[in-house]
Amino acid sequence: MNFDKELDAKGLNCPLPILRTKKTLNEMTSGQVLRVIATDPGSVKDFAAFAKQTGNELLSSAEAGSEYTFFIKKK
Amino acid sequence: MDDQKKMAIIATKGTLDWAYPPFILASTAAALGYETQIFFTFYGLQMLRKDLSGLKVSPLGNPGMPMKMPFGPKWFKEINWNIPNAVQSLVPFYEDVATTLMKQTIKNNGVATIPELRELCQEAEVKFIACQMTVELFGFEHSDFIDGVEYGGAATFFEFAGETDICLFI
Repeated sequence: MNFDKELDAKGLNCPLPILRTKKTLNEMTSGQVLRVIATDPGSVKDFAAFAKQTGNELLSSAEAGSEYTFFIKKK
Repeated sequence: MDDQKKMAIIATKGTLDWAYPPFILASTAAALGYETQIFFTFYGLQMLRKDLSGLKVSPLGNPGMPMKMPFGPKWFKEINWNIPNAVQSLVPFYEDVATTLMKQTIKNNGVATIPELRELCQEAEVKFIACQMTVELFGFEHSDFIDGVEYGGAATFFEFAGETDICLFI
């Protein structure tokens, strides 16, 4: 999947992946896609909840080994 | 009432462990679009000091706190050091040692530090209000606290809290 920006949130724990994501999205324009890579297992539910509450669209959420990759489209 | 979601927190604890919930929830709420205020009162004022080195954690009288070592081989890290209260209270600098170990554990787990979370709250425009009555009660000066803090009383808190969706006492 294509993306405009990437955020490496590996090794960070709650709530840092969400806070960094929010900050990065603030620097982007509407419709752009952000790819986030995290290692916090709690982030799977958190990113879904973040998307639902902020209106930014979670395009995909995938797990590979101990890494989680999220694609988020800015509202 | 407008559509803006709001959250208010009353922060009353002055230890390193209890500094986490208010700052984690406030920064996350702000990221989710909530207008957020924290009202710091009594020991919670410790969290607003310029110098946060006074925030410590004490396992004394806290049976819920596991004491595990943040370093060494795996078998060593897995030991739960069950140290009786009577011993804890007699050992000098016990809290300093426990605090140092906790800070190391926090670092090992990729958990943010309190100064970091507080800064993230401020960047996200979480409003900090210090209870003026307890500031005076404990002999603090406004200069002890970080910039950007507002000072007020219970009525100030209710002005905002009365319109919130979520209101927590921590």
